[in-house]
Amino acid sequence: MLKKISNIGDCGITCDFGDEVSKKTNKEVIKLFNFIQESVKSKKIKGILNYTPSYNKLIINFDLGEVKSKEVIEFIKNSDYSKTTLSKTNKLVEIPICYDEEFALDIKRLEQKTKLNFKEIAKEHLNTEFFVYMIGFVPGQPFLGDLNKNLYHDRLDTPRVKINKGSVGIVEKFCTIYTFDSPGGWNIIGKTPLDLFNINKKDTSMLSPGDTVKFKSITKKELLSFKNE
Amino acid sequence: MNNYFKTLRPGVNSTFQDLGRFGLQHLGIVPSGCMDKSLFFLSNKLVGNKFSEGTLEFAYQGPLLELVGESALVSISGKVNFNIINKNGETKQGISNESFVVSDGDKIDILSTINSVYGYFSIFGGFKLKETKGSISTLVRAKIGPNNGDKLKSEEKIFFNKSSPGFKTKKFDFDFDKDNTIRAMKGLQFDYFSKKSQEDFFSKEYKITRLTDRMGMRLEGEKLENMVNKNIKSEGITKGSIQIPGDGQPIVLLSDHPTIGGYPKIANVITADYDKLVQKTPGSKIKFKLVDLVVAENLFQDYIKKINIS
Repeated sequence: MLKKISNIGDCGITCDFGDEVSKKTNKEVIKLFNFIQESVKSKKIKGILNYTPSYNKLIINFDLGEVKSKEVIEFIKNSDYSKTTLSKTNKLVEIPICYDEEFALDIKRLEQKTKLNFKEIAKEHLNTEFFVYMIGFVPGQPFLGDLNKNLYHDRLDTPRVKINKGSVGIVEKFCTIYTFDSPGGWNIIGKTPLDLFNINKKDTSMLSPGDTVKFKSITKKELLSFKNE
Repeated sequence: MNNYFKTLRPGVNSTFQDLGRFGLQHLGIVPSGCMDKSLFFLSNKLVGNKFSEGTLEFAYQGPLLELVGESALVSISGKVNFNIINKNGETKQGISNESFVVSDGDKIDILSTINSVYGYFSIFGGFKLKETKGSISTLVRAKIGPNNGDKLKSEEKIFFNKSSPGFKTKKFDFDFDKDNTIRAMKGLQFDYFSKKSQEDFFSKEYKITRLTDRMGMRLEGEKLENMVNKNIKSEGITKGSIQIPGDGQPIVLLSDHPTIGGYPKIANVITADYDKLVQKTPGSKIKFKLVDLVVAENLFQDYIKKINIS
């Protein structure tokens, strides 16, 4: 439930849904996010520039020349967004992953921590139906959850300077996919050849907050011959 | 015939920018756009363009460009030291904030910004640039925008639309606000900081360090003490937010900021003072002054009046 709305400077507000990081909380965030996105498209509210959901908050930025914080807050308070459904806007996406040793950089570390072997870890990961909590930091990078408790592990103590694009990593109950070569501290378990982000496509990001993701295991050969549309 | 500028020297950080790319932050795409909106508007105004036309933004040292083709009406806004060198090699000092005509073979040598960081180069009719998701703004980190999302490079040709036959030049008086006070509102996690740090932040001087670019500005000064939690659950980021990482030194998030982040934010720079802040050079000292929403909104009205200089 929406607990509190606060200002972020003079051209932003945050809608706070409480401290819990769970699918239940995040689904509430996504409902409001979908509602705002829809309201902007159908011109029910003007001046909105961006709407950024995260685990437990939705941040809305606006053009101060067109609308003021008070009007945006009133708009949200007077609307019944709880009726917005997730299924209308959100979809299921299958993502190929190769768990080959060459790409699963942190498998030893995970085997030690989880007391599971490589195959069991991959199986757990494949069996999980992931929810897209949020996308960002860099373009198209999804934050997915929830992993089974037996796969939980901390971040690396020393982050890697470079993690290759397409690497799939896990930390605590979350899973992410690197959409650019970038530094990072997640435990890498495999790689996807799928381009999740392409600025020149109509759907720039394959995933949207609120979508569902299932991984599908592929061989190294399949990874190497994979062609993005 | 194609008219273009040939890039003989690209400059330190020259990128095409307009007002930014909106409605995509939920997919991890930050708006980007011009750092100093007042100067961006001014450079377009000087050549009679619509305010939102794409410009070439440069920082510190700008490019050296040679015109190939028909004459063009151009402008450089900011406090900029530059020369115009004609076909015969005669050099004339350029005047910023005043439009001028350049002809085939003329070179514009943008040497440096003076006691400031950013300047803008505009041409009547605009540059010929391909929009990406409704904007020509460049985000180098993610390779988004014209020029394959990269900075301007040597030998690159910058094509422009046909220029004005009229060449009516314009001139505006412009100066930077020399005051070092930056007004800010309390941030979402203001209460995370000790009473002393809350007071220090809004009273002590902070120095702008060299670790400053379009993404963020790192400050150095009295260490700020977080009493609650050094990390928060990652949340969406707004331009002008001032985050305090574990080392207690502030970072102001600027136009190319990450879309989400997990550091507590002590304050947010108000819109009216953003342009002033980004023009402060490394080594400058600034002070933050606490204001509330009503004051910030009123100051915004003054700012809008000022940048729409008639």
